[in-house]
Amino acid sequence: MMFRNLVCPVCGASCDDIQVEMTAEGIVAKNACKMGNAKFQELASPHRIRQPLICQGGEMLPSGWEEALDRAADILASSSRPLIFIGSETSCEAMEVGLHLGEYLGGVVDSNSTVCHGPTAMGIQEAGRVGATAGQSKNRADLTVYWGSNPLESMPRHMSRYAVYPRGYWTRRGRFDRTVITVDPRRSLTAENSDLHIQLNPNTDFELLSALLALLHGQQPHPSAEEVTGVAIRQMEEMLELMKGCNYGVIYAGLGMASSYGKHRNAEMAFHLVQELNNHTKFVIGALRGHCNVAGFNQVASYLYGYPFGLDFSRGYPRYNPGEFTAVDLLRERDVDAALVVCADLVSHFPADCASYLGEIPMICIDIASCPTTMLSDVVLPGVIDAMECDGTFYRLDDVPIYFQPFTASPFPFTASNQHTLQQLMERVRGRKEAGS
Amino acid sequence: MTEIILEVKGPIGLTVEAEAVCPHRLSGLAPGEIEAQLVWQGPAQLPLSDFFEVEVREGEGEVRIAIEGDASRIKRIGQGMRSGCIEIDGSCGMHLGEEMEGGSILVRGNAGSWAGMEMRGGLLEIEGDAGDHVGSAHRGSWRGMSGGEIRIGGSAKSQLGGGMIGGKISVARDVQNFCAIRQSGGLILVHGRAVRGVGAEMTGGVAAVLGGIERFSPGFVETGMEEDPVLGGEKRPGTFIRYCGDYAISKNPKGTLFVRG
Ligand code: SF4
Repeated sequence: MMFRNLVCPVCGASCDDIQVEMTAEGIVAKNACKMGNAKFQELASPHRIRQPLICQGGEMLPSGWEEALDRAADILASSSRPLIFIGSETSCEAMEVGLHLGEYLGGVVDSNSTVCHGPTAMGIQEAGRVGATAGQSKNRADLTVYWGSNPLESMPRHMSRYAVYPRGYWTRRGRFDRTVITVDPRRSLTAENSDLHIQLNPNTDFELLSALLALLHGQQPHPSAEEVTGVAIRQMEEMLELMKGCNYGVIYAGLGMASSYGKHRNAEMAFHLVQELNNHTKFVIGALRGHCNVAGFNQVASYLYGYPFGLDFSRGYPRYNPGEFTAVDLLRERDVDAALVVCADLVSHFPADCASYLGEIPMICIDIASCPTTMLSDVVLPGVIDAMECDGTFYRLDDVPIYFQPFTASPFPFTASNQHTLQQLMERVRGRKEAGS
Repeated sequence: MTEIILEVKGPIGLTVEAEAVCPHRLSGLAPGEIEAQLVWQGPAQLPLSDFFEVEVREGEGEVRIAIEGDASRIKRIGQGMRSGCIEIDGSCGMHLGEEMEGGSILVRGNAGSWAGMEMRGGLLEIEGDAGDHVGSAHRGSWRGMSGGEIRIGGSAKSQLGGGMIGGKISVARDVQNFCAIRQSGGLILVHGRAVRGVGAEMTGGVAAVLGGIERFSPGFVETGMEEDPVLGGEKRPGTFIRYCGDYAISKNPKGTLFVRG
């Protein structure tokens, strides 16, 4: 049987044109890129966690659902300051429950953007952003700038579906109507396919953006700028001419900007540059969000509690201070005493100090496949794959919500989705807290 | 002077937020009342006596709080302080003297990040090193320190004086990145070296780095030389180059940056 118009739950592009056929030989996914296709194959993967696990005497043993939920609720209800970390490969609906659970427990709730485009979100708060949807840019942009991003390898369909190759209303000849600039220290695949590659020195985005802004303001940058950035003033001017001369330009900012030294200050400068370019032409900027619903957490948390990530609820109201209430900082400072990790492999991706502290405190993990985080957990609850086994909402990289429907159902009788798992956990935690008070 | 001696009882687990530890909040209270003042540990509000031995030496006039032991996991000491003084024997946690308006704080060890955030008056002295965001603005706020003085005996990390609109900060040794970012008033004096981003987005005020800058902010334009300029009320011997910036953020910025030539 063929299922159409499915949403791919892998990267921020949230492609919603996937076709899946379940055959006797396996799953055939059409339109999906290599990364997307691999995810659709997960459905039948031998690595899939198929039952709850509980750590007993240092060993992960299979357990019943009720028993695992009870143990998880005990951990959360008895902790003084839990960290609830919600990864991005799950629905906004699940994130909402996780945020409420954090508020109820007076804990801290954070998400993947804390180690990815969090600095971009902070840059937006500092400077404001001129943005657009992917559709607007597809139809209008005659200049595309990939800054610190390499979509050909990290978001394979971005260029073909949204940004460079598609024919738009005012860009009828597709790629022929567009100029592409890539700003990247590496000669990446994307850089090779661009019209201009600005090969700056690593970690000099801030200086390059400042120099471009100074030029726009009619001043020659400080003479050291050339040596620091590795980009000649002449080349900066060439880039600015292209930017000022286009009809509609768009910068897609990647982690090369948000997570190289300078972080939110780089992003802030990029937003200022785009604002300034709007004195000459129409220019917008957006982030190339890596994971499928990483934008969703920022949206849901901002909508519910006013801040995009790193929310501390210890005072009963949300507080926000990256560097103090963000997951990496809390774990490094040993400032939480339990963790609930939903759909994220923190142990593999966080700094070593943080990962080893996660091994010291009780941890609950909801995930679909075993990983270092599930191995260090006290309780593992099997995850349900969003967009394949349950419905829900993702936010695409341009902050457009995409509702997705499944083509099969949750393989578990005890839970229909990660949202459902979190709701059941919330009820149990509430029961314990109310009984104790 | 009334002296309140707070001795940290022992190792502290989850960090404690103790804005109650502030002279005007403890002034006039009996020892038992001081012990019962609430501080936060995660979502729990606990009495001060859970974390400190309290001793009070009654006297006339202003209150002096002396903190003994390791207070590096205690945050928000002296938050919103108006008068009196606090002396911290060792190191202390984040947000020391945040939004303080008057009085004085002395830390003999190091201070965590956000010391003197949005400070309006008084004196904050850190004999050791300071963390990030000293005298800076709140997240999402555009204006940082507006008055008073911060003196750092050691080094400070990044974003020192972010959004500063008035007052004075001096650092005896080095700073890292984005010192004086978005400064629009006041004076920042760094006796050692700075790494990068000094004066980024600066539109006013004066910043001086006596030991040199590793990576200059591109939006600064040389405006002249000065011999032995007077900075922070003192003559600084040597030839200094004066810059104006940050042209990356404005067409007509009024920020002044001095660097020894
Ligand atoms: S580009 Fe991203 S969303 Fe689209 S198919 Fe590939 S992995 Fe899936």
